[in-house]
Amino acid sequence: MTNGVCEITYRDAVRESIREALLADQRVFLMGEDVGRYGGCYAVTKGLLDEFGSDRIRDTPLSESAFVGAGIGAALGGMRPIVEIMTVNFSLLALDQIVNNAATIRHMSGGQFEVPLVIRMATGAGRQLAAQHSHSLEGWYAHIPGLKVVTPATLEDARFMLAAALVDPNPVLIFEHVMLYNRSGLLSADEGPVDIRSAIVRRPGKHVTLVTYGGTLFKTLDAAETLAKEGVEAEVVDLRVLRPLDGETLLASVRKTRRAVIVDEGWRSGSLSAEISARIMEAAFWDLDAPVGRVCSAEVPIPYPHHLEEAALPQSAAIVAAAKAALGA
Amino acid sequence: MPSLGADMEAGTLVEWLKRPGDRIKRGDIVAVVETQKGAIEVDIFEEGVIERWLVEPGTTVPVGTPLALIAGAQPAPAAKVSEVAAIPAAQVPVAPSRVEQPPAAGPARVSPAARRLAANRGIALDGLTGSGPGGAIVSADIERAATGGGPRPAAPKRLDLAEMRRAIAAAMAHSKREIPHYYLCTTIELTRSLAWLQETNATRPPAQRLLLAALLLKAVARALGEAPEFNGFFTAEGFKPGAGIHIGTAIAIRGGGLVAPAIRDADKLSLDELMAQLRDLVARVRCGALRSSELSDPTITVTNLGERSVETVFGVIYPPQVALVGFGMPVERPWAVAGEVVARRLITATLAADHRASDGHRGAQFLALIDQRLQSPEAL
Repeated sequence: MTNGVCEITYRDAVRESIREALLADQRVFLMGEDVGRYGGCYAVTKGLLDEFGSDRIRDTPLSESAFVGAGIGAALGGMRPIVEIMTVNFSLLALDQIVNNAATIRHMSGGQFEVPLVIRMATGAGRQLAAQHSHSLEGWYAHIPGLKVVTPATLEDARFMLAAALVDPNPVLIFEHVMLYNRSGLLSADEGPVDIRSAIVRRPGKHVTLVTYGGTLFKTLDAAETLAKEGVEAEVVDLRVLRPLDGETLLASVRKTRRAVIVDEGWRSGSLSAEISARIMEAAFWDLDAPVGRVCSAEVPIPYPHHLEEAALPQSAAIVAAAKAALGA
Repeated sequence: MPSLGADMEAGTLVEWLKRPGDRIKRGDIVAVVETQKGAIEVDIFEEGVIERWLVEPGTTVPVGTPLALIAGAQPAPAAKVSEVAAIPAAQVPVAPSRVEQPPAAGPARVSPAARRLAANRGIALDGLTGSGPGGAIVSADIERAATGGGPRPAAPKRLDLAEMRRAIAAAMAHSKREIPHYYLCTTIELTRSLAWLQETNATRPPAQRLLLAALLLKAVARALGEAPEFNGFFTAEGFKPGAGIHIGTAIAIRGGGLVAPAIRDADKLSLDELMAQLRDLVARVRCGALRSSELSDPTITVTNLGERSVETVFGVIYPPQVALVGFGMPVERPWAVAGEVVARRLITATLAADHRASDGHRGAQFLALIDQRLQSPEAL
């Protein structure tokens, strides 16, 4: 990236963040399936093998449990590994390493060991990859104490969240929604760094708060635009960080608008959206003018056919309808 | 949801005017519904106590959907429970609810924020009208009340003329497609009727004067008593006589469109009662506050183009009715009386009738009956 403003895709922004980290710190290395010679299944790491060599860009066997475990070991040993898992669906093979080891070692060692591990993974649906490659399970990880879970949606967050994650002495999971990789826009050189603590208001409004993150951010912003044309000013809160949740930003917005609709590509039952709704109930019940609404994916394994996949996912029209319902309109 | 015409498929409940626990009697207005004909007040044929609402304000439901449960008037242990629906239409399956809904409202809902605000400002919640989801009282309603704005007036939406035009288009196209109309026309001398009106009105203040329109309606109503095949509906089983003589009176709406609400049992009303109802109907059409029974059950329509219009109108029957009587404007014309040509006030009466239900011979007799009635106005 050069100085000034440049047109960049989300994919490029992530690649640039990895390059920057590799250049800045010799302890940083990247490993995962097909990240080297193939350039990454979403082409995020294309070119990095040539630039940094096979010691720092390491192709791994198809064994998520093994290479995530190796990442934990490297982190314990003083390295700063970035582990890429192709999709969150495959990360289930490494659940034991992530949940039982990475998340617990600091606590079980009484603070003697830290695990400065970063795991990147793709999440979400929309590319017709069917039920085994399309789920949004980041909410499961947000359940686990000891993990930090971040969801960059904008170019700026895609470009700068990795640096903040590497600085963190504890495991950080970065979820990149597959429908964001091709989004492009302008990113100015003087942007960043960003934090991985806070939610942010992406669009101010006063009538209803739309809470979302990751892949549904832009659908939600589109919905807010539609609502604006009908005189409804929706405030859009991008959570950015799913664990720990930034309750302050969320609740300040809900207290202001008195209405909330949560937009989450995860399923409703036992979900992150349920958690957010519960927090609003706990802390802002007396400020509400309407029940909290939710727009989530249909409770089915994500379908393969395009029209069914689209029908199963949260879409702008449903977000608009839910916002209007909260307003009694 | 009452059916307010053959063309109506669904309506939106705008507001409840009675609450669960309220005692109601026949004729009470219990709710306002939004239809293609504008906001319509739903009046009721039952007596009893509203047990609970079945439909929330803001909800659009198919015609025939029960709106509320009414427990029978007798406080007997096994109180009869009947459902409100002015005209039972074909059973329409109730759409499955999307997600779990909160239980149907009992007392009016108040949002948590509104409750707190009301408590802080010392505002009573009774009598406030909610503008939130499902008609809930929300903080904005309290703020309005606090600033002296009072409760938000229940604002029935303004009549949507484009929507009404579509409704008229559907009904009239249906009529011309399905109904084999035949048309008859006759000229009626008004000398006696107008003289009687002048005499009767001479001693009355303007607000209580009778108009020719009332005489015409009454004459039609009385004539129908002897020509029942023009009063009723054509159904799949053929002609079905109306249970009473409920004359739909076509009333034009400023800005376009028209409705034909019924004057019920017009044959049994005195001319004064009929005139009062006519005035009331016109006033309510203009402010968009018609009642469901008025729109649901006219058994025939009368269109009276009145002053400053044309001499003859051939109407289109409003299905499923079988006849429409039209009156043009009263005019002064040369008229032969006992071999002399004299000037007389005349009116043209027409009949558009459904040939499936009646024939021209009976139609001619029907028009002649109307003529006879108008020659004896004092007997109307």
